[in-house]
Amino acid sequence: MSQSDIIETETATPKRPVRWHIAVFLAPAFVVYTAVMILPLIETLRLSLFNVVGGELAFVGLANFAQLFGDPRLAADFWNAFSNNTIFFLIHMAVQNPIGIALAAMLSLPGLRVAAFYRSAIFVPTLLSFVIVGFIWKLILSPIWGIAPNLMDLVGLKSFFGPWLGKPESALITVSLISVWQYVGIPMMLIYAALLNIPDEVLEAAEIDGITGWSQFWKIKLPLILPSIGIISVLTFVGNFNAFDLIYTVQGALGGPDGSTDILGTLLYRTFFGFQNQMGNPPMGATIATVMFLIILAGVSLYLFVIQRRIRRYQF
Amino acid sequence: MSKARSSFLRTGLVHLALITYTLIALFPVFLTLVNSLKSRNAIFREPMALPTPKTFSLIGYETVLSQGDFFGYFQNSLIVTVVSIALVLLFGAMAAFALSEYRFRGNTMMGLYLALGIMIPIRLGTVAILQGMVATGLVNTLTSLILVYTAQGLPLAIFILSEFMRTVSDDLKSAGRIDGLSEYAIFFRLVLPLVRPAMATVAVFTMIPIWNDLWFPLILAPGEATKTITLGAQMFIGQYVTNWNAVLSALSLAILPVLVLYVIFSRQLIRGITSGAVK
Repeated sequence: MSQSDIIETETATPKRPVRWHIAVFLAPAFVVYTAVMILPLIETLRLSLFNVVGGELAFVGLANFAQLFGDPRLAADFWNAFSNNTIFFLIHMAVQNPIGIALAAMLSLPGLRVAAFYRSAIFVPTLLSFVIVGFIWKLILSPIWGIAPNLMDLVGLKSFFGPWLGKPESALITVSLISVWQYVGIPMMLIYAALLNIPDEVLEAAEIDGITGWSQFWKIKLPLILPSIGIISVLTFVGNFNAFDLIYTVQGALGGPDGSTDILGTLLYRTFFGFQNQMGNPPMGATIATVMFLIILAGVSLYLFVIQRRIRRYQF
Repeated sequence: MSKARSSFLRTGLVHLALITYTLIALFPVFLTLVNSLKSRNAIFREPMALPTPKTFSLIGYETVLSQGDFFGYFQNSLIVTVVSIALVLLFGAMAAFALSEYRFRGNTMMGLYLALGIMIPIRLGTVAILQGMVATGLVNTLTSLILVYTAQGLPLAIFILSEFMRTVSDDLKSAGRIDGLSEYAIFFRLVLPLVRPAMATVAVFTMIPIWNDLWFPLILAPGEATKTITLGAQMFIGQYVTNWNAVLSALSLAILPVLVLYVIFSRQLIRGITSGAVK
C-alpha cells in the first residue's frame, strides 16, 4: 500500500468518510456481471429443479435429473454425448498440447531466423471463427472436390482416403483434429511465453554442466513450464466441455452421422431449443446445463485443489 | 567441426518442421481465398492453381453480395464488437483499479467473485439469459449481445488489468494526491495511460471470441436485421451449399476482416501474450 494511504488511515482513525469512489469504480462491472452472468447461472441451476406440471411450473426436486438418467432414450443420448465429449477432450490433450509444446520449444531456440513469421502464421487459424474453419475443412475433405485425396496421392497414401466426416467410426476423430488444427496456437503461445521467462542463467548453468539440446529440454525446461501446462490443460477441459460451434457447423445440431459427434453442447442446444420434430424443453435444458456445470466445476476443482498444489513452482 | 555440422543439421530440421506446420496452418486459408476468385470449372479442375486471366471470375462474390446483406451483417458485428470491447475495457479497468488500489473490507471476496467467470462459461446460463432477454424485450436487438459479451469479457479483463495496475508506481499516485487530484483524476489521467499496453492485450483477447461467436447470435438475435457476420455466413453457406463459388466467396469475405486486423495488430497481440499478461 502506498505511503499516503497509511498516513490517511492514521490521521482519520476515529471516523473515516465513506470512500464512495470505491463503490463508483466497482459498480458498473459488478452490476453487469451479476445481472447478465451470475444471476442467470443461478436461475438456470434453480430451473433444473422445476418442471411444467399441468401447465404450470412447479418444484419437482431432483425429478428432472432422475428423468435424465432414468429415461432410456434421454440417458442413452446423455451418455453418448458425454463419452464423445470425453474422447474429444482426450484427443485435444494427446495431440493439441504436445504439438503446441513442440512448436513453442522450436520457436524459442535462440537465434532462430524468421521465428516471428512462423509464430504469426501458425496463430492464424486460432483467429478464425468455427464457422469458417468448419466449412473450409468440410470442403477440403469432401470427396467431390478431391483436394484431400489428391494431396494424399502425392505421398502415396491415396488408398487410405475415405469420407471421414461421413462415417460414424471416424467422424469424431476428424472433427477433433479440425479443432486441434484451429487451437494449437493457444498452447503454443502460452508455452512460448513460459519458455521465454526462463532466466538465461539457468540455461547457461545447464550448458556448463553439459546439459544441452534434448536433455536440456526434458530435464530443465519441461519441469519449469509444468505450471503453464497445467493451466493449458484446464483451459482445454473447460473449452472442450463447453464446445458447440464447430460440431454445429460441420455436422449439424444432431451431431451426425448417427449421433457419433454429438457432444454436451449440441445436446443442450437440441434439448433446450428443440430441433426438427423434437420439442424444446427449457427445464430439461437447464438440467443438462447444470450437469455440464458440475462436470466443469469438478474438473476445475481437481486442478485447483489437487494438481496445482502438487506442481512444484520455481521462483527466480 | 562435427559439432558445427550437427548444429547446422539441427537448425535445418527445426526449420523443416516449422515450415511444414506453417503450411498446414495456412494452406486451407490460402486454398479458400484463391479458389474464390476462380470460375466453377477451374475450382474443380485445378483447385491448387492460382487464378489466371482465363479462369479468373468474380461470380461468387456477385452472388454473395446480391443475395445476402453482408454489409449489414458486417456492420452488426462491428457495432457489437466495438461497443462490447469499449465497455469491457472501461468497466474492467475501473473495477481492477478499485481492487488493486484500495484496501477495503471484502476486497478479496470481491476479487474472487469477479474471477469466477474466468473458469465458468457464461453459456451455461443461456436458458435464463434468454428468459431475461424475452422479459425485458431485448431479444433480437444488438443490445442483448452487447450485454452478454460485456459480462463474458469482464472477468478476464479485471484479472489481467489488476495484475498490471499493481505494477504502477505508488509514488506517482501519491504525488498526484498531494497535488490535489481526485481519485477519479488519478485513475483517468495517471493510471489509465500507463496500462495502455495491457488494455490492448485485453482488447484483442476480448475481440476474438466475440467476433467469432455463433451461439449467442443464434439464440438471442437470429433476426435478419441483427445477424452478425458469423451467423450470416453460416446461414448463407447452409442455403447455397452446392454453389461452390458463392460458398468460397462468403468464406473469404468472413476471413478477410480478421486477417487485415491481425496483420495490423499481430505485434501488439503477440507482445501482449508473451509479456506474461496471461499466466
